[in-house]
Amino acid sequence: MIRRLCVAFVLTLVLCWPSFVSSESASQSGGELHFCLHGEPKTFNPLLVEDGQSEIVRYLTGGVLIRLNRQTQALEPALATSWKTTPDGRTIIFHLRTGLHFSDGTPFTSEDVAYTVKALMDPQLHSPTGDSFRSGDGQVSVQTPSADTITVTFPAPVAGLERLFDQVAILSAHSPKKEMAVLGPFYVADYSPGSHVLLRRNSNYWKKDKEGKPLPYLDSIRLDIQRNHDIEILRFRRGEIHIINSLDADLFDRLQKESPAAAHDAGPSLDSEFVWFNQVPTAAFPDYKKVWFRSTEFRKAISLAINRDDLARIVYAGHAQPAYGPISPANRFWFNSALPVPKYDSAAALRLLAQAGFRFDGGILRDSSGNHVEFTLITSTGNKPREQMVTMIQQDLSQIGIKVNMVTLDFPSLIERITRTFDYEACLLGFTNTDLDPSSQMNVWLSSAENHQWNPKQSQPATPWEAEIDRLMQSQASSTSDKKRKTDWDRVQQIVFEQQPFIYLINRDAMSAISPAVIGSAPSVLDPHAFWNADVLRLGPDPSMGAQK
Amino acid sequence: MSPLQKTAAVILCAIFLLMVLGTILVPAPHFHQFRDVPNASPSTAHPLGTDALGRDSLSRLLYGTRVSLLLAPAAALLSTMIAALLGSAAGFLGGRFERIVLAVTDLSLALPWLFLLLTVRAMLPLDVPPMVSVVIAFLMMGLLGWQASVRVVCTAARGIRDSDFLLLARSSGCKPARLVLCHVAPNLRSLFYAQFWISIPLFILTEANLSILGLGVMEPMASWGNLLRGFEDFSALGANPWRLVPLILLVIVVICFQLVLPSQEVTQ
Repeated sequence: MIRRLCVAFVLTLVLCWPSFVSSESASQSGGELHFCLHGEPKTFNPLLVEDGQSEIVRYLTGGVLIRLNRQTQALEPALATSWKTTPDGRTIIFHLRTGLHFSDGTPFTSEDVAYTVKALMDPQLHSPTGDSFRSGDGQVSVQTPSADTITVTFPAPVAGLERLFDQVAILSAHSPKKEMAVLGPFYVADYSPGSHVLLRRNSNYWKKDKEGKPLPYLDSIRLDIQRNHDIEILRFRRGEIHIINSLDADLFDRLQKESPAAAHDAGPSLDSEFVWFNQVPTAAFPDYKKVWFRSTEFRKAISLAINRDDLARIVYAGHAQPAYGPISPANRFWFNSALPVPKYDSAAALRLLAQAGFRFDGGILRDSSGNHVEFTLITSTGNKPREQMVTMIQQDLSQIGIKVNMVTLDFPSLIERITRTFDYEACLLGFTNTDLDPSSQMNVWLSSAENHQWNPKQSQPATPWEAEIDRLMQSQASSTSDKKRKTDWDRVQQIVFEQQPFIYLINRDAMSAISPAVIGSAPSVLDPHAFWNADVLRLGPDPSMGAQK
Repeated sequence: MSPLQKTAAVILCAIFLLMVLGTILVPAPHFHQFRDVPNASPSTAHPLGTDALGRDSLSRLLYGTRVSLLLAPAAALLSTMIAALLGSAAGFLGGRFERIVLAVTDLSLALPWLFLLLTVRAMLPLDVPPMVSVVIAFLMMGLLGWQASVRVVCTAARGIRDSDFLLLARSSGCKPARLVLCHVAPNLRSLFYAQFWISIPLFILTEANLSILGLGVMEPMASWGNLLRGFEDFSALGANPWRLVPLILLVIVVICFQLVLPSQEVTQ
């Protein structure tokens, strides 16, 4: 009997062994991860990237000197083992890893970094990435004292210099494959326009896991070009793709009901939605409305009378946080946590309006000249959350006697009005922020900037507080001390909070869909939310999602 | 009138009555947001539940019915009048005038109206009150929706032009204006009615499409068009079948109009 049992046990073990082995190996390496690009990548040259699709390819293929950890928001060594910035903020010295090779086998040395930096700063190339490094007139000097050391000197201090290198994928100076030779975890193996981009595992990738096994685990990543979000979610449900990097609240809720394990909400993102009033002096609407919109009390009263909690709860089904300033709380270092959090208070709004000379009479708000307070709020057609927010703001402001008319416009018409003709009264739009460092918002906050939406391209700051913001922005941009820059930015946030040129409404959550078949995912509030750690992702079995390998 | 047509007429009358008495019957203003109960199921307080912003769905349905069923016939009347005028004149006069009218008709049928409407909306001032904006939307539909009817009316008028009774009238010294008003128009009246009734559901559906594009009736006003926008989330419809009521009402009205139509043709 015992012998029979032993034989049966051994037989069972022998028969089941292949499946044990395959399941073990499946969860450790191999497999093809599928997800969608929402358009064609415009370039594979990492220095010329300016669209989101090319950025995804650059992120997955490019090797960088310093990598921003999307979860901890800390800078980590990548191709550079260490770096040092000189006190004047103009020079950075990198010590590089040795013995590394590009995906085509070409050796990696400091010459490649020098070649990349020179190409990046070449004015003929017009690199959008290089624009962030341009701090002053003059040439960038690059020195390579040894094969593993490089010194880069800029003509003027560059704010947040180390962080900028997270965007600089190193090119090979000698490879015949040019920019297709990469140092990242994957390389572009195939591109079929309109269909897909296939990335294969770079066997020369420098990184190893804790056990010393080479990364990445995945054999390949297939990026299917799919513009339609409904089809994308349908394919996710069928198990044809494993990841949707960004979801809106409606889709997230639907997915959460169907497959709770696949829906991930990482918390408030850097993206914000806000309203602003047109304060352009030449705008085509009556002068008495210009007086309202320039009144700080008026803007603060509007801000107080909008119920942001309701916006987050109803429009975003709770997947958003009320916002009060330009920096999201998700941006841990730069967020000014000392700012107060005002509550929805229509009575306080009416008190403020009374101080500014408005009268609330018979349910109607009138200015000191007796004009009924009424304005038109424009937003983009087809954006359901924005349309719903405007509708809710209509009801909120009707409580203090203000009539809001809603007009939705197609996006080109809307951009034409807010940037060229200035033929609008108020606008609700969003800001998609991918950069933690607020220096990237210079083109919004400087009074001379084109994206200073409430009153762009001013020859002189129109108000003392705008002049102060200009001064603080220039001060932080030329400073190398993070402490000093933080102090300047805290003050900018305080001024914006006090003056409300933008009335911030909410910060959307970073929501993504990740198949349970994907092992090792750790969704982050920073982009790319779902696959920022693609080099350690693995595919395991997932019967519920029908995951494909 | 057949029993089926009578039933359709009764249903239409009932819907019009509901539309007129809507303000008395509704449990709440169509724009009021009950923010504690968004997407609520039907209850005594909200017989058809609430929408995503907590607005009473029955109130919005009744208000939307009023907007769509008052303005769609008005737009249909305008387009039928234009078609009647142009089609009758072209068919009756014939020759170069007929060719010009038909060429203009063909040209306007070939134009991408969707983009033109987008352009027109972009050019309109922003501070137009919502009701005026709605009237403009339906006015545009009325002014731009006559082309198909013109061809039908023109063909019918051409047939009458060479008829014996018109020849007799002309030989009796009847002037062109009298010929058109007393002889041609009465003989085309059934056709005008038919075009009018056909246009109503067409404009209701057009308004629905315009609302989906953000061109028609703007929030917080309600119309069948923006009520149908709730169907974007198909998966939610299975769990909340009462959300189908606007669609069902639209289908009923369109069918009833189509059923009533033949009786008009026969009686005229």
